[in-house]
Amino acid sequence: MSKPDVDWDAIIRDPDFQSLHRRKMVFLWGLMALSVTFYFLLPIGAAYFQDLFKIRVWGVVNVGLLFALSEFIVAWTIAVVYSRKASRDFDRMAEKIAAKFGGANRSRKTVAPAHKELSV
Amino acid sequence: MTPTSRKWSFVALLAALPLVAFPAFAQSGVGENYRWLTFTVFAAVIAITMYVTYLAAKRVRSAADFYTAGGGVSGLQNGWAIAGDYLSAASFLGIAGLISLYGYDGFMYSVGWLVAYITVLLLIAEPCRNIGRYTLSDILAYRNDPKKTRIVGALSTITVSTFYLTAQMVGGGVLVKTLIGINYETSVVAVGILMLAYVLFGGMVATTWVQIIKAVLLVAASIVIVLLVWAPYGFSLPAFLADVVADPKVQARVSSLLGDPAKAMTAAELGQRFLEPGLYFKAPIDQISLGMALVFGTAGLPHILMRFFTVRTAVQARRSVVWAMAIIGGFYVLTLFLGFGAAHLVGPADIAAVDAGGNMAGPLLAQYIGGGPNSFFGNFMLAFVSAVAFATIVAVVAGLVLASASAMAHDLFVGVIRAGKETTARGQVLAARVATLIVGAMSIGIGIAAKGQNVAVLVGLAFAVAASANFPCVLLTLYWKRCNTAGIVTGMLVGTIAAVGLTLVSPNLTYPIAVKAAAHKILDAEPAKRSAALQALHSADAAAAAKAAKDLAAIDKSVTKANADLAKWANDHTSFMGLEKPLFELKNPGLISIPLGFLGVILGSLLIRDRRAENLWSEVYARQNTGLRVSESVAI
Repeated sequence: MSKPDVDWDAIIRDPDFQSLHRRKMVFLWGLMALSVTFYFLLPIGAAYFQDLFKIRVWGVVNVGLLFALSEFIVAWTIAVVYSRKASRDFDRMAEKIAAKFGGANRSRKTVAPAHKELSV
Repeated sequence: MTPTSRKWSFVALLAALPLVAFPAFAQSGVGENYRWLTFTVFAAVIAITMYVTYLAAKRVRSAADFYTAGGGVSGLQNGWAIAGDYLSAASFLGIAGLISLYGYDGFMYSVGWLVAYITVLLLIAEPCRNIGRYTLSDILAYRNDPKKTRIVGALSTITVSTFYLTAQMVGGGVLVKTLIGINYETSVVAVGILMLAYVLFGGMVATTWVQIIKAVLLVAASIVIVLLVWAPYGFSLPAFLADVVADPKVQARVSSLLGDPAKAMTAAELGQRFLEPGLYFKAPIDQISLGMALVFGTAGLPHILMRFFTVRTAVQARRSVVWAMAIIGGFYVLTLFLGFGAAHLVGPADIAAVDAGGNMAGPLLAQYIGGGPNSFFGNFMLAFVSAVAFATIVAVVAGLVLASASAMAHDLFVGVIRAGKETTARGQVLAARVATLIVGAMSIGIGIAAKGQNVAVLVGLAFAVAASANFPCVLLTLYWKRCNTAGIVTGMLVGTIAAVGLTLVSPNLTYPIAVKAAAHKILDAEPAKRSAALQALHSADAAAAAKAAKDLAAIDKSVTKANADLAKWANDHTSFMGLEKPLFELKNPGLISIPLGFLGVILGSLLIRDRRAENLWSEVYARQNTGLRVSESVAI
C-alpha cells in the first residue's frame, strides 16, 4: 500500500512528529490509567467499603450513589478534556506534519467532496 | 440486481411483512380496545424506517456505500448511530429492570457500559479511522500478512457478532412476544425480515438512519417518562428517592432478597438498603471481571468499530464518540429514574411477576404514568415503548448482520478467496448482499433454534471474546512496533479459545445436579410454607389474608417450576460440557482471558519475526497519527 511519494520513515524521524508522539503517549495513557482506576474503584468500593458507601449525605442519598453518579461526570470530563486538548494541540501538530510531508498527496486528491453530509 | 428488479423485490418484501407480523396479534399486552393503537404506532415506526431505506437504496452503488455509507456520515449523526447500535434491548430494558428489582447494584452495573467508550475514544476510534477501510480485519491486515490476518479477523468478527446476534434474536423474540403478544417464531421472523430489508437494500446508509431514528425515539420516550415521574418532586433527587425508600413495596422486596437478616431491620432500614450495594452482585471478583470485559470489549466489537469507517476524518470520529458518550451516559442517568420510578410506582413484585428478569419495568412504568391499563394515554405509552423496543432490536441486529456480512464478503471472499484478482464495484456489492442474505437467514434460523435457551451468557461472552481477542490485536498492531502476523494469529486464537473455553466450564451453564438439588429443596420446604400461608389466609386481618393468598400463588408457581425442572433434567447428571459442577468459578472470563490474549499477541510476535510488519510500522504509525492518505481509504 505504500506509495513512493511519502517518506514514512522520514515522518517518524521528524522532530515535530516525535514531539507529537511523546505528548500524545503521555496524555492518552495518563487519561486512560485515570479512567480505568476511577472506574474500578466503584465495584471495589461497593464490595469492600460498604460502610463508607452507606453514609447518608443528602437526605436519603448516600456516598455510594453519589460516587456512582460521579463516574458519569468523570467519564464525560475526560472525554471533554481529551477532545479539547486534541483539537487545540494534536490536530494542529498533525496538520503541520501532514502539510510538510504530504503536500503532493493533498493536491493530488480529486475525490472527497468537501464534506458531504449523509442525507437520504 | 438491476435497479428495477431491486425495487420490485423491495416492494415484495415490504408487502410480505404485514402478512407475517399483523394477523398474529393475539393476546396483546395492550388492552383489547386499544389494539388499533399498537398497530398504528408500529406501522408508523416501520413506515418511517422503510421510507428511509427506500431513499437509501438508490444511493448504494459501491462497496463503500454499502459498508460505510460512502464515508458521508457526520460526527453528530454517527454519535446518535453509535448510541442506536449500542443501546440494545438488554441495556435499555434490562438495566431499568435491574434497578427496579435490585436498586443500587443495577445502577452501578450501567456505569461500565459508558466508561467503555473512554477506551474507544482515547485509543481506538481515531487510529482506526485513519488506517482502516471497511472492517476490523483491514486494520489487522495493513502491515501483517493480509490473508492470514483477514481469516482470523473475519472468524473472530463472525464469532463475536453471532454470539451477540443470537442473544438479540432470542431476547428480542421473547420481548416482542411479551410486549405485543405475537408468538415467538413470528416475532423472530418479523425482526429478521425487517432487518434484512434495511441492510440488503439500504446497506450502511439505511442502517445508520434506522439506528439514529431508534436512538432518538428511545431517548425521547425516556425523557417524557422521567419528566412525568420526577416532576411531582420538583425535580429534587433526595425527595424522589425518599419516596422510593419509604414505599412498602420496595421494603418488602428488600426483605425478601435479604431473607432472615431482614427480620432484625426496621422498615426504614429496609428501604434505605435498596440504595446500598450488594443486593445483586454477591462476588466482587465477578463484577470486576465483567467490568474488564465491558471496558475493553467495547473497543473490540466489530459492529461498533465499523461505525468509525462511516465518517471521513479522525476529528469526526472523535466527535462521534463524544456525542455517543453524551447520549449513552445521559440515557443511563435517565434509567436511574426509570428503574427507581418503576420500583416505587409499579412495584418490584408486579414487575417480576410479568418477567423475572425485570425487562418489563420500563414498559409497565410507561403504562402506569400514562394513566394505567384502562386509559388511552397509558396504552399509547405502552404501545410507543413497545415499538421503540422493537425498533431497538431491529437496529442492533442490522448493525451486527452488516458487520458479519462485511467480514464474509470483504475479508473472506474479496480479500482471501479472490485475492489478487480484480473484483468490480458491482461484484463487491453483490457479494456483500449475498453475504447479508446468508447471515440474515442464519440469524433467523439460530433465533428459532435457540428458543427457550439461556442466552444471557452470550452477551457477556461476546464482550469477553472481543476484549480478549480483538482488543489486544487491534491495540498492539496500532501501538507496538514489534507486533506482527504470528502475534495476531496467536492472540486471536488464544483470546477466543480462552474466553469461550472458560465460559463453557463456568457457572453460567446449567448443571443438572445443582438444579435438581434446588428443586428438591423447594419441594421439601413446601408443606410447611403452605400450611403457614393457609392459616394466615383465614386470619381476620384482611391485609394479612390478601398477602397469604399472594404467597400461596407464589408457592404454587415455584412448585410447578421445581417439578418441571426435575422432569426436564431427570436423566441428566452433567452440563452440556459433561461436567457435574463448574471447573472455573468466574461468571465472566475477562479477568483471565484478557491477559491471556495480550500474552498470545506478545509471545507470538516475539517468537516469530516478520520483517514486513516491522518495515511497515513507520507507515502505520505515521498515518494513524497524521491522517495522511486517509481519503484513500474513505469512499471512492
